Amino acid sequence: MQRIGVFVCWCGSNIAATVDVETVAQTLAKEPGVVFSTDYQYMCSQAGQELIQEAIREHRLTGVVICSCSPRMHEATFRKTVEKAGLNPYLLEIANIREQCSWIHKDKLTATQKAVILGRAAIAKVQLNAPLTAGKSPVTKRALVIGGGIAGIQTALDIAEAGFPVDIVEKKPTIGGKMTQIDKTFPTLDCAACILTPKMVDASQNENIDIISYAQVEKVQGFVGNFSVTIRKKARYVDEHKCTGCGLCTEKCPQKKVPNEFNLGLDNRRAIYIPFAQAVPKVATIDPNYCAMLKSGKCGVCAKVCTAGAIDYKQQDQLITREYGAIVVATGFEPIQLDKFDEFAYSQSPDVVTSLEFERLMNAAGPTGGTLLRPSDGKHPHTLVFVQCVGSRCDGAEKGKSYCSKICCMYTAKHAMLTREKYPDTEVYVFYIDVRTPGKNFDEFYRRAVEEYGVHYIKGMVGKVTPQDGKLKVQASDLLGGRQLRIDADMVILAAAIEPDKTARPLATMLTASMDTNDFFTEAHPKLRPVESPTAGIFLSGACQGPKDIPETVAQASAAAAKVIGLLVKDSLTCNPCTAKPDELMCNGCSSCEKVCPYGAITYVDKSFRGPNRTTLIRRVAQVNPAVCQGCGACTVACPSGAMDLLGFSNQQILAEVDAICR
Amino acid sequence: MQVNETFTPTIVAFCCNWCSYAGADLSGTNRLQYPANVKIIRIPCSCRLNPMFILRAFQRGADGVILCGCHPGDCHYTTGNYYARRRMTLLFSLLDFMGIERERTRVEWVSAAEGAKFAATMNDFTQTITRLGPNRRLEDLRCKVE
Ligand SMILES: Cc1cc2nc3c(=O)[nH]c(=O)nc-3n(C[C@H](O)[C@H](O)[C@H](O)COP(=O)(O)OP(=O)(O)OC[C@H]3O[C@@H](n4cnc5c(N)ncnc54)[C@H](O)[C@@H]3O)c2cc1C
Ligand code: SF4
Ligand code: SF4
Repeated sequence: MQRIGVFVCWCGSNIAATVDVETVAQTLAKEPGVVFSTDYQYMCSQAGQELIQEAIREHRLTGVVICSCSPRMHEATFRKTVEKAGLNPYLLEIANIREQCSWIHKDKLTATQKAVILGRAAIAKVQLNAPLTAGKSPVTKRALVIGGGIAGIQTALDIAEAGFPVDIVEKKPTIGGKMTQIDKTFPTLDCAACILTPKMVDASQNENIDIISYAQVEKVQGFVGNFSVTIRKKARYVDEHKCTGCGLCTEKCPQKKVPNEFNLGLDNRRAIYIPFAQAVPKVATIDPNYCAMLKSGKCGVCAKVCTAGAIDYKQQDQLITREYGAIVVATGFEPIQLDKFDEFAYSQSPDVVTSLEFERLMNAAGPTGGTLLRPSDGKHPHTLVFVQCVGSRCDGAEKGKSYCSKICCMYTAKHAMLTREKYPDTEVYVFYIDVRTPGKNFDEFYRRAVEEYGVHYIKGMVGKVTPQDGKLKVQASDLLGGRQLRIDADMVILAAAIEPDKTARPLATMLTASMDTNDFFTEAHPKLRPVESPTAGIFLSGACQGPKDIPETVAQASAAAAKVIGLLVKDSLTCNPCTAKPDELMCNGCSSCEKVCPYGAITYVDKSFRGPNRTTLIRRVAQVNPAVCQGCGACTVACPSGAMDLLGFSNQQILAEVDAICR
Repeated sequence: MQVNETFTPTIVAFCCNWCSYAGADLSGTNRLQYPANVKIIRIPCSCRLNPMFILRAFQRGADGVILCGCHPGDCHYTTGNYYARRRMTLLFSLLDFMGIERERTRVEWVSAAEGAKFAATMNDFTQTITRLGPNRRLEDLRCKVE
């Protein structure tokens, strides 16, 4: 006879506010097989776990049902709990009454009834659970970092320092990310290139790091410890090993009118280009959209001037497949498109720029050599208007983003300060909704902008910007002064909201990693597991997880690296014991199961069985290799004789759940 | 047959562990509401769904059954959802043959990131089933425990 214990968790008020936990515990106590049922505030706490263990010993439980948060959250925790009390960890089932009940319902009665039914289904299932023992699977001691911004670089460096090989896949021709485009960095105002480029060089010289640039992940297979990833390395039409990065080709290429994405289109580059002087790897790339040779077969200038013989117009995309134990996502962010914000005249006047464009205009390596000049006429601007929160903190999510982009207050203060410092003859206005400067030395930084540098901070929004007679007429409201302002500005700088990279969503799908409604990657736990994705073996680093400045990005990057190292030092991981198992007496050796198994886990052997009248029958029967089987269950449904079943999710167990729900 | 105005259908949702179950969790985390009629059964992959489970659910009085899995091409086990899709197509014609309304069974692909889609799907499916009324066709009254 089964002796089941039921434990209903309040999860503080997360469950208890909508589900009457006491009623659930009392109702479930009456289910057949249940000998103990209780509720408790936090089952996952030490005291909660001890309560479970005590009940197991005292009531000699043969099965445990915990009604709590999702099994994706705490199944592993509770398995350990019951194991320590001497119960096989697979004699446990979790009824998900938080994510799939209390959090989605408002009516207490309905939610309570549903929780009872979910609990019943788990009880019905656990009666049929069998003790299982997990095997071991090896860990591939190599990590993949997707995205080569400061986040990806830092993560890779830390993993490499610990002695593990790591690959960085970067979609652009060079690593470095957004930080390469930034001029100086708040709050210390040290130059971004001075602190970033040494790290880029470190990464390229570290023998444990392999940088695969101009490449994207195409396919991800496998599971934690054993991922197999296919990477498409795009043809750059230049042999990376031969190119010395001398840059001669980029001076001689006749295609001169290609918008330079590194300077955000503020100037032009050639069809063959090296993004910037400190690019890593420092090799040329041909842009196939503009190269005359690739488009029409007429040109070939770069091949003629290249003394290294590196140009290869016939180069093809290359597919690289490698095995990894862990994957880190570091795909960063992009400023949003501003086409929905035409009140600021971004599309109408070149003198209305985004903050990232402003970084390029202030940067010594930028299109103007660091002299701030108006893009329209190259004149020195006298009046500058900065607008914060463009597209951030929007009410209607149709137009912009509901969230705060977090970095704009600080970089706007930085821009305003740097402008006043370099050009004391300028008038600088900043329009803001709130100034948000939490962070070490951040508020002091902002106050310096106001107090020392005399930047005019005005609480209020800019309503309209109209280009007129070579000026930008700015109409704005001053909320504290209660008046309308009209400013004749020379330049308007928009602090555009930031959003995740456009490639993040398809990547998340490949990795089976979750994202929130804004396409930022979600963490396994918002507070306690901030650098892991809920999918085992996938880790998060940098702004792909949410808006972040550089210090926060680097902190998260190192944290993610620590988690990866913690995984890679293990020699083996515990396998999933929920594998397929054929009943040899029922199996007729038809091979149906073998055909559907994606892992080739099924083989056949001839076995002797006792036949009628003392005869021996030799029959061909299926065998599953539990180390290879991943437990998908495809074979169980394909099996025409019903011989194949899945441990942990057997036909009888699932039918018992169905029955309990439909009862 | 008497149509009950306060008919609350019983709906069984089979969700694969990797995408749709996580998607369902996400709609919870984001506090997106959908009716309590929907009860989720976790299966490792949509290909674990034996059509027999669906028939059994109808037999036991379920009014609608929905299978959710990873999007085609995104299966955690590479090909599982393709098998599921094929098997479900076959099951659909069997259910047609048995006279069960086509709308009572549904297949949806919901990724781990699509909490909103999960909630929207469940809202829509519950509405459809409520409109169809109780399922009587396959229900085996001998199965009822009092
Ligand atoms: C105007 C502006 C000024 C700023 N000023 C400061 C400052 O002064 N101080 C400060 O601390 N912070 C500042 N920041 C913030 C800073 O830029 C970010 O914190 C930092 O860049 C985040 O690093 P990251 O590596 O996460 O992302 P990113 O820098 O965006 O790097 C992501 C990288 O991943 C690559 N990638 C994306 N998708 C894929 C894919 N699918 N496959 C392969 N590769 C991919 C991208 O090409 C990129 O190289 C500023 C930001 C802006 C917009
Ligand atoms: S391709 Fe040749 S010319 Fe161009 S940068 Fe490389 S070595 Fe120099
Ligand atoms: S459960 Fe899946 S992986 Fe395991 S033997 Fe069956 S088909 Fe293969």
